[in-house]
Amino acid sequence: MKVLVAVKRVVDYNVNVRAKADGSGADIANAKMSMNPFDEVAIEEAVRLKEAGKASEVIAVSMGVSACQDTIRTALAMGADRGILIESDADIQPLAVAKLLKALVDKEQPGLVLVGKQAIDDDSNQTGQMLAALLGWAQGTFISKLELGDGSATIIREVDGGLETDSVKLPAIITVDLRLNEPRFVKLPNIMKAKKKPLEVLKPGDLGVDITPRLAYSSFREPPKRKAGIKVKTVADLVDKLKNEAKVI
Amino acid sequence: MSVLLIAEHDNTAIKKATLSTVTAASKLGGDIHILVAGHGCQGAAEAAAKIVGVSKVLVADAPHYNHELAENIAPLVVGLAAGYSHVLTPATTMGKNFMPRVAALLDVAQVSEIIAVESADTFVRPIYAGNVLVTVQSKDAIKVVTVRGTSFDTAPAEGGSASIEAVAATPPAGLSSYISQELTKSERPELTAARVVVAGGRALGSGENFHLLDALADKLGAAVGATRAAVDAGYVPNDYQIGQTGKIVAPELYIGIGLSGAIQHLAGMKDSKVIVAINKDEEAPIFQVSDYGLVGDLFSVVPELTQAL
Repeated sequence: MKVLVAVKRVVDYNVNVRAKADGSGADIANAKMSMNPFDEVAIEEAVRLKEAGKASEVIAVSMGVSACQDTIRTALAMGADRGILIESDADIQPLAVAKLLKALVDKEQPGLVLVGKQAIDDDSNQTGQMLAALLGWAQGTFISKLELGDGSATIIREVDGGLETDSVKLPAIITVDLRLNEPRFVKLPNIMKAKKKPLEVLKPGDLGVDITPRLAYSSFREPPKRKAGIKVKTVADLVDKLKNEAKVI
Repeated sequence: MSVLLIAEHDNTAIKKATLSTVTAASKLGGDIHILVAGHGCQGAAEAAAKIVGVSKVLVADAPHYNHELAENIAPLVVGLAAGYSHVLTPATTMGKNFMPRVAALLDVAQVSEIIAVESADTFVRPIYAGNVLVTVQSKDAIKVVTVRGTSFDTAPAEGGSASIEAVAATPPAGLSSYISQELTKSERPELTAARVVVAGGRALGSGENFHLLDALADKLGAAVGATRAAVDAGYVPNDYQIGQTGKIVAPELYIGIGLSGAIQHLAGMKDSKVIVAINKDEEAPIFQVSDYGLVGDLFSVVPELTQAL
């Protein structure tokens, strides 16, 4: 069974992103870029499935500018077998990403697609569910456990009230949460090996997908800033302030 | 203009996030119809009919709508959506699960987790863990939107008198099935709805030590939350997590204990009205957003505070 994993190049999770002064976007020109942390978990899970003999091949897919090749190379160094970049300088929004992924799924026929539950840049949390809709497949979202069975998978989902166990028919789209696994550190020899693994570059047009954005973004701005308050010396001071100044207790 | 709002409920009652979503819907103008999809959900439908601002309740009652499996709910919503300008639902794990499936089946974009309505097609939402706000305009014929509950007041749950109408169930998709759930049981208020939240971080050191926060929370009638680090370390279950990818809270009073204030955690609590931080590291970033900070060892401060209340 082939496993297809989508990986997004995003601003590193340690970067405190600010809006540009003119409001035209987020100021990320010189920011450190990394693989979306949720997608790292997805790659790790796919590689573990391969190591356990449950997957035959792991394909890492990314979309965006040509530097996304770095993200794919990271996935290859973690253990993915080959990469596909759909290269475009355009803004590719979640519905378009899902359509492009569907075109690849039609071509590659994987038995399982793994994606992160959300990307930490736009925080949309949409792509996996949209892909499942377009394919007419089951979707297992926000999962912290995956067990592949015969023709179906048992998943544990992290939901607002706690944990939910469901069964999904295969092939399925799985969107992963951070507690599914701990991604491995990439070792230098594997980085060298990854450079030799195949990486195919396509254009959205090659897949016949219209990626015209449906959402227009404007007025990027900072949220209202909180001012640092005061430090109190003792518990008694704190209780006094909460009672008599803030009046919240 | 009319809004189809998919309710979050437990078959007998309506969840609070649904009431906030009604308020968001009321800012769009036009009628608001609520869909209650579930099994044995007449109680929830009757509760929905009393929400002020709702003109009609649609009820889809069938076994396969229990537990809100996206594969079963999405076709139902898609079948109804054609007559509406907007489809809204709360940005809870339920809404986040099925709503993008609805959007894709309608071939429209989704606007995720809005915090304000600017006009019928224009919304505000946070990106980059809430470090940036952006205005989003949808160009699609049907606007599919999820709503952050803490950003909108709740609509009054009593006082309305909407009509209730049954709608035909769509067939089960046969793609997924519910097996079981393990829900955290607590006498305390729900995290996203609590007036006071007490949250702990990795410095608590163990699940055992988290009970220190329970005693404080009981005194305050508070919910207990945690950082991702504390959840990852196994101190508390996943549903305690506050932050960018966990729950969003905005209580009257938030008390952060033994947590540094990573940007991902701040994303989930910085809209709280009053923030208190207790941390032994006076350089901890949490102090930069706190109204009141107390530098000290939580293991002595928390029992003392509990005592003093």
